[in-house]
Amino acid sequence: MLKEKDKIFTNLFGDETYSLKSAQKRGDWNNTKSLIKKGRDWIIDEMKKSELRGRGGAGFPTGLKWSFMPKDPALNNYLVVNADESEPGTCKDRDMIRNEPHKLIEGCLLASFAMNAHTCYIYIRGEYFNEAVVLQNAIDEAYEAGLVGKNAAKSGWDFDIYLHRGAGAYICGEETALLESLEGKKGFPRLKPPFPANKGLYGSPTTVNNVETIAVVPTILRRGGEWFSSFGREKNTGTKVFCISGHVNNPCNIEEEMGIPLRELIEKHAGGVIGGWDNLKAIIPGGSSVPLIPKNICDSVLMDFDSLTEVKSGLGTAAVIVMDKSTDLVTAISKLSHFYKHESCGQCTPCREGTGWLWRMMEKIGEGNATSSDIDKLLDVTKQIEGHTICALGDAAAWPIQGLFRHFREEIEESLTKIRAA
Amino acid sequence: MSNLNDNFSFSETNEREAKKILSKYPSDRKQSAIMPLLDLAQRQNDNWLSRDVVEYVANFIEIPFIKAWEVVTFYSMYYTKYNGKYLVQVCGTTPCWLRGSDQVAKACKEMISPDQNTLSKNGLFSWMQVECLGACVNAPLVQINDDYYEDLTYDTTKNILQSLMDGVEIKVGSQNGRTSSKAVS
Amino acid sequence: MVKVKINGIENDVQEGVTILQACEEAGLEIPRFCYHDRLSIAGNCRMCLVDVEGAPKPVASCAMPINEGMSIHTNTQTVKKAREGVMEFLLINHPLDCPVCDQGGECDLQDQTVAFGPENSRFNENKRSVDEKYMGPLIKTYMTRCIHCTRCIRFGDEVAGVNQLGALNRGENMEITTYLEQTLDSELSANIVDLCPVGALTSKPYQFEARPWELKKTESIDVMDAVGSNIRVDTYGWKVKRILPVLNEDINEEWISDKTRYACDGLLTQRIDTPLIKNNGKFVESDWNESLSKVTELLKSNDPEEIVFLLGDFIDLETAYLIKKLADSLNIKSIECRQDGCKIPFNHRSQFLFNSKINGLDETDCLLIVGSNIREEAPIINARIRKQVISRDLPLALIGENFDLTYKYEHLGNDVNILTDILYDKNEFSKKLSEAKKPMLIVGQALLNRDDSIQIYSLLESFIEKFNMANDEWNGFNVLQLSASRAGSLEVGCYQKNKNLEDIIDDAHNNKVRLVMSFGADEINYKHFENSKIIYMGTHGDKGANAADIILPSAAYTEKDGIYINTEGRTQFANKASYPPGDAKEDWKIINQISKLMSLDWPFIDQGDVRSVIFDDYPHLNENFKDQTCEYIKLLENKSKDEIEITPKDTRTAKEKKSDTINENIKDFENNSAYKIYNLPWKDLSDRQREYLRKYNYPETWSEFTEHYGFKVVNDIKKKNNVVLPYEEQYAKSLGKVWDDLSYNQKKWAYTKRNKNNLIGLADDANFTPEGIVVISDNQEAYYAKPKEIYFENKKLIPSINDFYVTDTISRHSSTMAECSRARKEMRSSVKEKAS
Ligand SMILES: Cc1cc2nc3c(=O)[nH]c(=O)nc-3n(C[C@H](O)[C@H](O)[C@H](O)COP(=O)(O)O)c2cc1C
Ligand code: SF4
Ligand code: FES
Repeated sequence: MLKEKDKIFTNLFGDETYSLKSAQKRGDWNNTKSLIKKGRDWIIDEMKKSELRGRGGAGFPTGLKWSFMPKDPALNNYLVVNADESEPGTCKDRDMIRNEPHKLIEGCLLASFAMNAHTCYIYIRGEYFNEAVVLQNAIDEAYEAGLVGKNAAKSGWDFDIYLHRGAGAYICGEETALLESLEGKKGFPRLKPPFPANKGLYGSPTTVNNVETIAVVPTILRRGGEWFSSFGREKNTGTKVFCISGHVNNPCNIEEEMGIPLRELIEKHAGGVIGGWDNLKAIIPGGSSVPLIPKNICDSVLMDFDSLTEVKSGLGTAAVIVMDKSTDLVTAISKLSHFYKHESCGQCTPCREGTGWLWRMMEKIGEGNATSSDIDKLLDVTKQIEGHTICALGDAAAWPIQGLFRHFREEIEESLTKIRAA
Repeated sequence: MSNLNDNFSFSETNEREAKKILSKYPSDRKQSAIMPLLDLAQRQNDNWLSRDVVEYVANFIEIPFIKAWEVVTFYSMYYTKYNGKYLVQVCGTTPCWLRGSDQVAKACKEMISPDQNTLSKNGLFSWMQVECLGACVNAPLVQINDDYYEDLTYDTTKNILQSLMDGVEIKVGSQNGRTSSKAVS
Repeated sequence: MVKVKINGIENDVQEGVTILQACEEAGLEIPRFCYHDRLSIAGNCRMCLVDVEGAPKPVASCAMPINEGMSIHTNTQTVKKAREGVMEFLLINHPLDCPVCDQGGECDLQDQTVAFGPENSRFNENKRSVDEKYMGPLIKTYMTRCIHCTRCIRFGDEVAGVNQLGALNRGENMEITTYLEQTLDSELSANIVDLCPVGALTSKPYQFEARPWELKKTESIDVMDAVGSNIRVDTYGWKVKRILPVLNEDINEEWISDKTRYACDGLLTQRIDTPLIKNNGKFVESDWNESLSKVTELLKSNDPEEIVFLLGDFIDLETAYLIKKLADSLNIKSIECRQDGCKIPFNHRSQFLFNSKINGLDETDCLLIVGSNIREEAPIINARIRKQVISRDLPLALIGENFDLTYKYEHLGNDVNILTDILYDKNEFSKKLSEAKKPMLIVGQALLNRDDSIQIYSLLESFIEKFNMANDEWNGFNVLQLSASRAGSLEVGCYQKNKNLEDIIDDAHNNKVRLVMSFGADEINYKHFENSKIIYMGTHGDKGANAADIILPSAAYTEKDGIYINTEGRTQFANKASYPPGDAKEDWKIINQISKLMSLDWPFIDQGDVRSVIFDDYPHLNENFKDQTCEYIKLLENKSKDEIEITPKDTRTAKEKKSDTINENIKDFENNSAYKIYNLPWKDLSDRQREYLRKYNYPETWSEFTEHYGFKVVNDIKKKNNVVLPYEEQYAKSLGKVWDDLSYNQKKWAYTKRNKNNLIGLADDANFTPEGIVVISDNQEAYYAKPKEIYFENKKLIPSINDFYVTDTISRHSSTMAECSRARKEMRSSVKEKAS
């Protein structure tokens, strides 16, 4: 179990206020200038050493991503922070924003400096209204204190940070859709190449990072990349905020060491599965987009990128959705299918046409109005969406269904036969 | 960009606010401000966007009406009709459903209207089921206007709606006594 | 050049192209819906997925740039499966109502389903349906068929410059519409009908009119403005059903204006189809004999000083030329094509042409438009300017009324004095013009019709020197003409050098005009000519017709072959797609006929004669001879010598051997013909002349060649049969020249004529008769040639009654087609009677 002293987010639950003063007491903004003075290369190097992988879902190594940004000072680089948190099961960024906003803001300054960006936009999902108010207050505080703005934190670096509210569209969490949205358009993901690091916001080099990714940066730089990488396993390092929801006794967010066994995570922090571990049916370990895993895998799997990939799932956003034996899994997944149908932007054919079809087929199965060959068809359609779309939403719609039938097909077919017999 | 129906214009404070919003973006990228400006206009206009409001905003940032209308219809938080004083949004996605969002919806059906997107008899409320609101460890929950009410049950939902009707103040956030997303124990 | 492998084969492709373009270059077809050469890349249909080695998933080839060493596969199982998947998705919510869809038969979705689609549908759910959207009177929508490729939206945003189309809602509820279902406010709007790959957007006026496979398709030239857009005229019987654009990079790219597209509706109504003569204020139907004799009478009885010829906006070059010739022959001085009153005394063609050429817009680095609402006057050129404005930083200003041109420009004001300011560096814009390497000035007609136009024009001309606008490589001085006939009419001199329409009107008021002959001039106020007799030749019951005393029905632009010179001075050939209604005749024939009746010495036998004489008199018009003939000649010029002089090896195929034998046989003929045709020994001929003769002697290629003229080779009796009239000499004589003095083009024409009379090649409309061959000449007279023998594929042809009609009664006196065919019908029935 992660020791209190090793937690990065000491005020994750808002036991203290988020104000600058109280944040500074917790160590935020402590001599930020000195970190900047160590220079760009040092920061990126430290980030590489920390082996931090992006917390937005894809898990791309952050230090490496930053190093792609062109160094030409004539360019107008941007940092954009992805606070669109809309992946079902995920609500970690929300806590960081409302209770630890200064970690994020300080992280923005450091990351922007490292990436030669003078401007940062934070794109927060529209529903998080109160969170946006808090974050804006914190930004105002930081401006007033001279921590951001001209000669930010007396570092000599000019830095502006703006908050931009979304208006209800999951797809705007996809980084290029987010940029489109930020430019005042519909959230249609862009074709890649060109990648944002070459042509992002307003055609300028841009890096998009998740809130958590940025918020851990100041602590990593203060304590050292090696400190961070001492948690977890190689390539799966650091601490991580997990969101535990669904059928557990005490759903919660919790910062833990990367690679903690799933069972331990749930039993130590969330009061265990309702009705005990044996009442567990399946868990979605990384937010709605990753395939679920049945209890037997849950028994032993570790919560990190590579372990979960090994069992054909993923860490995603580390949002653990627990489902006990009472759960009608088909309905649970069908609701996710509905989510993806509702959130598909409509731009490209397979996703626009396919997500709705998937949901309708799932509903039929839920109603018992289907046969084994319908399941074959359903799975084939998921294959036709997967990998054929502009962005990964198509994959995200396909995987939960594939996961469901990978592990529970027999069971579902049995119940279908029963219904037909009746 | 003609035939502007000038029924709507920003109030003085909002005009100031709008200028402030515009200042966040490069001066040749006014279109970037469309989302916050639509939001601002919507707040001024009883929380919905009529055609002239959208046209006003489009003119404000000098973009074609259709582009503004595309944005309005793409994002789920712009409403093209009046939803009452309180818009209750019930999250129905899997994490909430697992913890009983159906019961919350049931409470809404009983207290507001059997159908979604329909004004209650007193004209104050309407409700709708929405996708994940991003507070899953506090499931199930509703969003009423700007505020989240979390860790709900059938009863606490009814209680909240009743309090709003009665004009009684209620605590925003978790309804089971915990602070934010901390485990209860 | 970059090396890539496509399906295992190495290819060199241009750097920076996309995979799709590279595959196309390699001759592979990649299916696509959203991709369009002239629009930005959307990459949303996902139909063009291909495999790229090393890529984890299939790649949208339309959007992916090529990289050195890339290895691409377009024929793998995954690609096939991906295409099937996309097709299936596109079809699940598509109504599959092809039998009632106007796009049926020319629908990308239909075609690609056949080629790449899955075998059957697995979709058991209800299909989504989408409401029809109103987009105005030209575009019919059926949005359930829409596949959301967004081509239409991109066209509106990018090419037409009207941001009115958009996609509302998201996901499967996405719908394409105009804002509040308003009419599309663009003069190019109907191009989205062509762009829409399915039947979602179709042409309202063409709704349920025809199926594409029933239509005869003729490529031609538009006359609705002076741009000369290349078009295709689709006809069903006599009726023109629709007009579509034809690609021409130099002119209209792939677009046409709505006016061009829908003007054809007017071809069906209000047509004049028979000669009319006014009697007591009422028109009475007449015939050609009567009406033309009246016309000649009038022409003969009036003093040439008191006769006025006016030319309209749709007159083809041949007709304009003949009108001018008629005027000259009759000594008529008052001939005017400038209906709008333009006064400039043009001395050189550059003074009235768009000299930079339309594609000069792609090169210019500073543009000044003076007095033109170019968006209305030449939508196609306007779209071209817009393309430049949005793709690069082009200094652009306008003097004149402040129009919405769909793009941003600097409006310098609406005052001619600004021109002086610019000329004397008193305006900011002078600097930009002086700095430019290829400055461009576009002068609108509005400026040339003013009272002070002559001064203004000379002011504008001084821009040329001041800003170095014209040099060896560049001519930036452009006059934008508005009518299809104007440039051509000016070229052949149908205007008064130092006078203009006003002078004619003054004359009329002073009773000095007794007879007005109006050739489709409909923009003139005929009140001025109240005291004159008016003869009107035209197609529609328009202004001119209403004022006329005699009306001669002529052919509309789709009903005749004709040359049009566009505002650039480009010679283009319009082709006959339909025929004139009723008794109406092609314009040039009417004038030709008049000249005959007036016993003038120049009547022509057919339109080809007119053309060769025009090109002889105005050789520059032949320079950009852009029809197939020209391309053909160019081809001959460009083909390398070796290609032709290859000595065949012994590994010849039978076919090759045969052609080699022919080659042998005609070796001596080459020499003969060299003397005969060019009056020179073979060795003295130019390459081009030699090639020409070689072609002439290869029946295979010859038949190709003749097909360009619409002739069919019916035999190859070239040498053996000598019933030849010495046509060359005759022809040359008819032109008052000796053969050797004829131009290349004239000679070429002579050959085709010669062949006709030689019976080597026959016109399509020739009729075999036992007595000979009846040819209905272009001036609708029947005449026949009497060969002693007819050969068909080297066999002597013995005419039998079944093959031919008896023609004893079709004499040279039957003067019209109608009469001819009547006589023929009678003959046929009498033959039948005899037989039974
Ligand atoms: C459909 C979709 C939704 C996404 N939503 C989010 C999101 O809400 N928040 C987020 O941080 N990343 C989200 N992502 C991932 C982002 O595209 C991007 O990878 C991430 O912001 C990168 O940040 P990181 O490198 O810090 O992880 C989403 C991706 C997809 C395909
Ligand atoms: S209407 Fe036609 S062109 Fe427009 S998006 Fe639909 S299919 Fe494409
Ligand atoms: S043609 Fe490439 S995605 Fe449509």
